[in-house]
Amino acid sequence: MTASQVISHIDDFPPNTRKVVEVNGRSVVVFRVEDEFYALLNRCPHEGAELCKGRLGGLVVSSEPGEYDMTQENQFLRCPWHGWEFDIKTGQSYCDPRKTRTPRYDVAVKSGGALQEGPYKAEPIKVSLDDLYVVVHC
Amino acid sequence: MTLTLDSAAPAASTPAKLATVDCDLHPTPRSPNDLLPFLSQRWQSHLRDYGSHIRQGISGQEIHPRMDGRGMRLDAFPETGPAGSDLGLMQRQHLDANDIGAGTLIALGTSVSDERNLDYGAALARAVNQWQLAAWVEPDPRLHAGIIVTQEDPAAAVAEIDYWAADPRFSHIMLSPKPIEPLGRRRYWPIYEAACRAGLPVVFHPVIPGGGHPSSGIGWPTFYIQDHYTSGPLYQNIAMSMVFEGVFEKFPELKVVFVEGGFTWVPHMTWRFDRQWERMRSEVPHVKKKPSEYLRQNTWFTTQPMEECRTPGQLREIIEWIGFDRVLYSSDYPHWDYDDPKYAFKLRLSDEERQMIFSGNARRAYRL
Amino acid sequence: MQLPFAGAIDCDTHPAAPSIKSLLPYMTPYWRTQLVERSLHTVNFTFTSAKPNVPLSRRADWRAPLEEDANIVPTLRQELLDPFQLRFAICNVLHGSIALFHQDMAAAIISAVNDWTRDHLLASDPRLRASILVSPTDPAHAVSEIERLGEDKRFVQILLPVMGELPLGRRIYWPIFEAAQRLQLPICIHAGSLHRMATTGGGWPSHFVEDYIAQSAAFENVLVSLLAEGVFRKFDRLTFVLAESGVSWYPALLWRNDRMWRATRREVPWIERVPHEIINERVRLTLQPFDGPEDAAAMKRLIDHFDSDRVILFSTDYPHAHFDGLNALPDGLSDALIQRIAIDNPAETYTRLALAPQPAGASA
Ligand code: FES
Repeated sequence: MTASQVISHIDDFPPNTRKVVEVNGRSVVVFRVEDEFYALLNRCPHEGAELCKGRLGGLVVSSEPGEYDMTQENQFLRCPWHGWEFDIKTGQSYCDPRKTRTPRYDVAVKSGGALQEGPYKAEPIKVSLDDLYVVVHC
Repeated sequence: MTLTLDSAAPAASTPAKLATVDCDLHPTPRSPNDLLPFLSQRWQSHLRDYGSHIRQGISGQEIHPRMDGRGMRLDAFPETGPAGSDLGLMQRQHLDANDIGAGTLIALGTSVSDERNLDYGAALARAVNQWQLAAWVEPDPRLHAGIIVTQEDPAAAVAEIDYWAADPRFSHIMLSPKPIEPLGRRRYWPIYEAACRAGLPVVFHPVIPGGGHPSSGIGWPTFYIQDHYTSGPLYQNIAMSMVFEGVFEKFPELKVVFVEGGFTWVPHMTWRFDRQWERMRSEVPHVKKKPSEYLRQNTWFTTQPMEECRTPGQLREIIEWIGFDRVLYSSDYPHWDYDDPKYAFKLRLSDEERQMIFSGNARRAYRL
Repeated sequence: MQLPFAGAIDCDTHPAAPSIKSLLPYMTPYWRTQLVERSLHTVNFTFTSAKPNVPLSRRADWRAPLEEDANIVPTLRQELLDPFQLRFAICNVLHGSIALFHQDMAAAIISAVNDWTRDHLLASDPRLRASILVSPTDPAHAVSEIERLGEDKRFVQILLPVMGELPLGRRIYWPIFEAAQRLQLPICIHAGSLHRMATTGGGWPSHFVEDYIAQSAAFENVLVSLLAEGVFRKFDRLTFVLAESGVSWYPALLWRNDRMWRATRREVPWIERVPHEIINERVRLTLQPFDGPEDAAAMKRLIDHFDSDRVILFSTDYPHAHFDGLNALPDGLSDALIQRIAIDNPAETYTRLALAPQPAGASA
């Protein structure tokens, strides 16, 4: 069973912040990177650390020893314990993308009007027709 | 094997109900000032005016810088002070959350075993020992202190052990695995004698920087990923020295615990000891038994950082080769490579095996 | 168990080191005079890590007195090449000159050892192949030796001790690796210490047996050094052969590094794949001593922990005392694995073996 849930008025979710929300019985961490939103299960698939405590950053790659190239700024979340890197777009682990991933969820920004079509859950957030809201689907 | 929560043992068999023993908890002073109440005037001013004097070219930090947060779990920093300095947070995040029935303390970062000024070292050892009791063990009796000593001044170390030997709040004696001489040499035997007298195990935990030797015979590593690796080979070197100098022959009651070096290397170390002993035992006639027999009798190994073999079956074989009775759970809280007791073991254990690793073995090795 | 067929390739053989008297003819007048005047022609420059009187260094039934250097090859034939029916044996001449501080004297002796190896070992029996001896203390001389001798296809690799002055992955050694890769010569890292520092991280042990056991810990650390420094990335066609390492530590090293890579990859981003894949492709281990369990069933399980059948190269480590009789193979190896270890893996590692003149009538 999946559900859609309004987690925030857009003005209450400024760029480059994160929120931890409870959706459909799961703890979910939602990131806003500039104007893009991403949502992951707030639990590392390795030993269960809360991913919301990890750092968001780029991915360092190298063309040869001694070279360090920073790429994909703010696209990788590092677990606060053992530092595994997860792509926030896909939830895949960088080192083992095929077998290790944390569930990701769709996030959308919708107007209050669009949300009238439902079904969705908004409690305790009050939805007004003309405003924009962040909605997690999981 | 894919080491994810999906493949972990079902939650129903978590060790919570068995009153887990955690053999590696790190308490940290909020600042060196926490130790001042336990130091005399003379050493208070020494701490202020000179401070620690160790064999390392950079002072007050790791010579191989750690990754995130100087090697701490990023979620383990209290509002103020360093990770590991707040008992309340340790209780919430780990002791209560994981139903830890007993934990053994390993007070690092106070540079006692590495202190070159031996008198200052002895004063610090006493202070750290008193501080462990006052700040940790008294407020939470699940915690057990480790006697910190100045091992390069064995007489002072023995005096410190004897001073606390009868105090049940101490469960073990801490030694540095980076000594000036290999740990089997006779210089250290009075410490082992005192440990046997007190009925307490000797516990090794990796330290920086130690007695001045590179961390292996090939020289100093460059990167942290290498430095982290050195503890396993170093522990092999220590076990070797203790076996081949005849420490276990001389002190058959001695208990030794190797903490935070992993354990997958124990089988190959043991085979190598036995095979080379067969070939060269004429050089070491004082080593009367096969090395593996001493290891099976006198040594234990903690689980963290949990080894991740390619398959659970290989992990099981490794532990069988070591002996399920030789392996002890440890978390390393609040360090970055912390192991959660619910999920770290990617292996289905029988109730009996689980009871041994998470509780029973530690209760035999330590005074709990 | 014994080799079930003739034609195996022994990837770690130790002929006795020549006396200094045999080396003098290869030296310049200056060094000839120096060594004689300083009475150094009366000593052997014995490498401490391979002291010949230590029981492990020479098996009791392989202690025929050599008396003269001229007996070295006949003894090798009689004790090793013929009874084991080898197709090739790769000679690693361990020589204490690599531990000298005087780098010019060391260079003169090392070059002479290599010349002697060519003229007295390689020229005497077509089954013999050899390593180019170099010292890690003088990378420039090492490079010049590799270039001087590398065209001779009977030299099949470069020989370095595992415990030198710095971990072998350090960039200061990269010119050696560059020259080796250019000439398609693997690097053989062999047990042994220059004794520049304690042989263990805990200080100097008391006994020979301890120094010997400590070699495997050094191999573990050296392999991590090569990985961490990016040597495998920088020199992507260079093979590293670890000789006389003990072998059984290998699977545990891979597991540990796979785990650490995920956590600390950001520090060493040039490690672009999971370490066990890189190491399994680029590293080879000579067989003896194989410090595994005595029990054959346990040995079989240990072999299963190696997730590649390409890693191990057959060796006797002659004349060291690791096994009795002709039982150079541990029990528990399958026929297919024996074929790989004794023939295929060495042939693939040492492509030069096929390039030099072949021993007559040898079967493969
Ligand atoms: S718990 Fe997240 S990397 Fe280990």
